[in-house]
Amino acid sequence: MMDKNKKILISISLVVGLFALLFILEQVMPSSSMLFVVLKKGAIFALVAVSMNLLNGFTGLFSLGQAGFMLIGAYTYAILTIPMADRAAVYQYFDGGIIGFTLSVPIALILAGIIAAIFAFLIGFPVLRLKSDYLAIATLGFAEIIRAFFQWDVLGPITNSSNLLRKFPTFSTVLYPFAVAGICIFVIVLLINSSYGRVFKAIRDDEIAAEAMGINLAKQKQLAFITSSFFAGVGGGLLAMYQSSIQASAFKASMTYEILLIVVIGGVGSITGSVLSSFLFIASSEWWLRFLDAETYIGSFHVPLMRSGFRKVVFSIIIMIVVLFYRKGIMGTKEFSIEGIGRFFRRLFAKKKEAQ
Amino acid sequence: MTQNILTVENLSMQFGGVLAVNNLSLNVNQGEIVALIGPNGAGKTTAFNCITGVYEPTNGCVSFLGEMMISNHPKGKMKKLYAGENKDLYKKVISHTPDKITKLGIARTFQNIRLFKSLSVFENVLVAKHLRAQQTVFSATFRLNHLEEKRAREESLDLLEEQGLLAVKDTLATSLPYGLQRRLEISRALATNPTLLLLDEPAAGMNPQETQELAEFIVQIKNKYNVTILMIEHHMDLVMKISDRIYVLDFGKLIAEGTPSEIQNNIHVIDAYLGVVEGA
Repeated sequence: MMDKNKKILISISLVVGLFALLFILEQVMPSSSMLFVVLKKGAIFALVAVSMNLLNGFTGLFSLGQAGFMLIGAYTYAILTIPMADRAAVYQYFDGGIIGFTLSVPIALILAGIIAAIFAFLIGFPVLRLKSDYLAIATLGFAEIIRAFFQWDVLGPITNSSNLLRKFPTFSTVLYPFAVAGICIFVIVLLINSSYGRVFKAIRDDEIAAEAMGINLAKQKQLAFITSSFFAGVGGGLLAMYQSSIQASAFKASMTYEILLIVVIGGVGSITGSVLSSFLFIASSEWWLRFLDAETYIGSFHVPLMRSGFRKVVFSIIIMIVVLFYRKGIMGTKEFSIEGIGRFFRRLFAKKKEAQ
Repeated sequence: MTQNILTVENLSMQFGGVLAVNNLSLNVNQGEIVALIGPNGAGKTTAFNCITGVYEPTNGCVSFLGEMMISNHPKGKMKKLYAGENKDLYKKVISHTPDKITKLGIARTFQNIRLFKSLSVFENVLVAKHLRAQQTVFSATFRLNHLEEKRAREESLDLLEEQGLLAVKDTLATSLPYGLQRRLEISRALATNPTLLLLDEPAAGMNPQETQELAEFIVQIKNKYNVTILMIEHHMDLVMKISDRIYVLDFGKLIAEGTPSEIQNNIHVIDAYLGVVEGA
């Protein structure tokens, strides 16, 4: 067993090391490298996946509203940060919109989370009475309604209707999404390891017993739902920054499914699993399998099947294989830890010694 | 005079046309072990569920520590359908969710053990400490409540030690042997600091040896934690040995009450369990 201070010290140095590595990578490699796309998008999806895991994995509420809350976050962020000078150009059909102020990026990001949380609070009352599949259907429906709602003409002066929102501040360095997502995930981990996290898990394991232990089901479920939506909202804000322009029609149900896939592949109930699988997922879907989309010749031999879209076929097969062979995801419900790695290597060395 | 802990008055629970509990009245005094027995399907667990707020009773009231906690009269569709008695006696409607009732001081265990299966033994007990805590979600997340958290952990550890579960505190609750799971479930209920403990068939599935140990265990926790116990049980030797008073239910109706020796010789009880002898 390592003592607590030592553990904290190692964790801090690892984080500092990671950021230093990212910083150096950015100086050395060309900024157009796919690596940075993967790192930026991976960090954002890691945050959203962890927020979904808090709800689906730790509280046992099967919700599919994540894309809806991301949309709310993204729009809140974009609307509040477009500089006054650019508003006329962005809201060209709505006389520059009706929002007459611009907020700084951090405040807008926090507000993105808060607005998403408020929506969660409001729909939580009716929706959280439902269980399992029914909850999934209701939240999915909510996300679809939100998408349509934000494209409504009447809201044009605020949401720019179905037109693009753009010209809001973005980030240029990969350190930014890492820092924001990192802080948010850290807070979620703190919550999960607190008394409330235990209560969430108790609700997941047995609602009736949890209630008999004095846990107010409605209140605690609402809390998990709001917290999860808050961080999904912040994730949505980050996604807007990454994409540099957003449109409500992009936040489809398929985005929720992607996040759900990340959660399931990483392991339902494992934070580090979600983070890990987020980067792997984004890397395979955006980068590593790109070559499959190009027509390829080996010598004069034309490789069959390789054409635009084949990447997705292979990707689906990989996902099926992962789900078949790792029923509980990469990490199961376990967490990745320094001690765990230490144990792994010790066991490995012990085995080697035995073999000799 | 001993203090009255729980009073159930004219409690009826009707599902559709079935009166599962019919006009049940009982009371439990401070420091007693009271048993609720009866053949299968007599309505014992339904009565428990009414007392703990899982069901809203169709008619009747329940008082806890002298205060009315649950009260109801037939409403809506039940107004016409209700087949029980005393339907005009209770005008007020009071109902609480199970968590509120636990907070008032009634803890329970379940007939088919309900532990939190992915949590360790220690965490199972620790969860029950949550309801008495003052923390908010912010203070808990940012560790501003570490004193309270520390106290909850210490109390849980003490409880586990007293129950002889300290050695297994880090194992998963569901990987414990059956007898220990029962014991853990009772410990978890005790962690909510109850005044009244409801045990639903604590000896179900136990062999005579384990039942014997359980009997001692129940008496021991009653004295140690100063709780009053109301239990449902089928093992007659356990019931006769440790209960102060016994209520007998049959087809939802109370057919007898009294001390163990009175019940053993009660002709109605013998009839209910063995069937009526023709011509006797």
